[in-house]
Amino acid sequence: MRILTLVRQVPDAEETIRIREGKVDLASSKLVVDTMDEYGIEQALRFREQGLAEEVVAVGVGPTRMQDALRTALAMGADRAIHVQTEVMLDPIALSKVIADLARAEAADLIFSGGQQADWDSHALGAAVAERLNWPQATWTNALELNGSTLKGRHDTDEGSETFELPLPAVVTTQQGLNEPRYPTVPNIMRAKKKEIRAVPLEPSSATPLALVTGSEIQVKARRNKILDGKDAAAAGRQLVELLRNEARVIQ
Amino acid sequence: MILIVAEQAGGQLSKSTLEMVTGARELHRDGPVTLLVLGANIAAAAAQAATFADQVLVADRPELAQYDAELWAAATAQIAREGEAHTILIAGDRAGREFSPRVAVKLEAALLEDVIGLRWTGSALVAQRYSFLARVTETVEAKSATAVVTVKPGAFSAAQPAAAAAEQFDVELELPARRLQVTGKAVEKTGRIALADASIVVAGGRGVGSPEAFTAQVEALADKLGAAVGATRAIVDAGWRPYAEQVGQTGKTVQPKLYVAVGISGAVQHLSGMNKSGCIVAINKDADAPIFKVADYGVVGDAAQIVPAMIAAL
Repeated sequence: MRILTLVRQVPDAEETIRIREGKVDLASSKLVVDTMDEYGIEQALRFREQGLAEEVVAVGVGPTRMQDALRTALAMGADRAIHVQTEVMLDPIALSKVIADLARAEAADLIFSGGQQADWDSHALGAAVAERLNWPQATWTNALELNGSTLKGRHDTDEGSETFELPLPAVVTTQQGLNEPRYPTVPNIMRAKKKEIRAVPLEPSSATPLALVTGSEIQVKARRNKILDGKDAAAAGRQLVELLRNEARVIQ
Repeated sequence: MILIVAEQAGGQLSKSTLEMVTGARELHRDGPVTLLVLGANIAAAAAQAATFADQVLVADRPELAQYDAELWAAATAQIAREGEAHTILIAGDRAGREFSPRVAVKLEAALLEDVIGLRWTGSALVAQRYSFLARVTETVEAKSATAVVTVKPGAFSAAQPAAAAAEQFDVELELPARRLQVTGKAVEKTGRIALADASIVVAGGRGVGSPEAFTAQVEALADKLGAAVGATRAIVDAGWRPYAEQVGQTGKTVQPKLYVAVGISGAVQHLSGMNKSGCIVAINKDADAPIFKVADYGVVGDAAQIVPAMIAAL
């Protein structure tokens, strides 16, 4: 069995976001592997270590620096990586076609993708890839176990949570709670430098976005920023309630 | 037409559904505003839908008793095609977010996700949405004739019912077989108002100190205010609170008129779930905590003493 695990490169959560000419400018930002994708990498590695999968392939789509993120996936333990090279920012629906074509070429049985992207705040890629391949999907999983070609797991729903099972091949999106992603060790980082990252240029005909970002702005809501000293707790508590009642008028 | 996939439970349409009706009306595009009601034994919800839409399409079938991404996507895409829908609106909750991409792929349509604003320019559908952990407000344009849109809960006000009911039509669907089998369900009921519906949220983080202190401070203040209870990822991971209460990137996004953060330092991932709240109050021992930067009111001090003082003053 072969597992593809999708890797996205996003700004580190602590990075300041800058806008230039109506676009988020990441040129000088520190980029990292999307945390949500790390759960997928980790789960793929665990399935391989349990003898349930033969190969874990990390896949990234983006500009040259995407290779840094793929190198991280290799250092965590992925066997090899594929870098689909493009400067075009593809929306998830357009991107899903690229991933699905690759999954067919690689004869993948299982694809992992993060539940929500920390750049576009999108949830769509996993489900869109599943539809392209006509595979079932399980989204936002926080427990998974593989028995032959049946995947069992648990995920959150709007009402609470549910357990499920579905047949492979399938697409699974991952989130917090699924596992604790490992840190790359120094020997593994050294080993990763020798692993293959196959670069595949994206055909221009495949790089047509269906949705375009035409403007971005950072809107900071003006806050009153009244900070009280809480040394006299009783007075501070009273004063806070009085401000909420009579100044902000948000409580009765 | 504008096709809205209605959400219903227990014979009632969801609040998100009524909000999508408002979003659809405000577009002023061609064709009837159409509600598609999917489920089993849904006559009551369909009748309610008829007081909001120009027409209602009803698929009342036992196979639809339980939501499934593939079934919902197949039904929505088929109806969109047959009715030549140019705009398909789907609620931006967990279910909507996971079946909407499949609809977009089936229709080769753009997907505009989690929109907070939507307008038709006369030639293109343009949405506003948050990105980069809700730090950026982005404008996105659909480049296809048909667009699938998920609408963030609370983005529009709920529509009001009309005096006259619109016509209902039963629709025939070709549905695929269910591949994901649900083997168990756990419904989280707290007795309190749900996070998404609450106008006041009281949330706690690691600074509260312990699960017992959380109950004594955060839950007590929430009950006094009739508020929902929220939690940070750190204390959900630590097992103090259920995941259903988590606010932030990997939890829920809330936009109440008042958000009280008790012992929360204010990591970016948490702020992304609550920084659009009307009024933000922070109570924290650490005067340098980032939460104070986004606060309208803050108290630097010990929550164990300040929260009871607040409760006494309420």
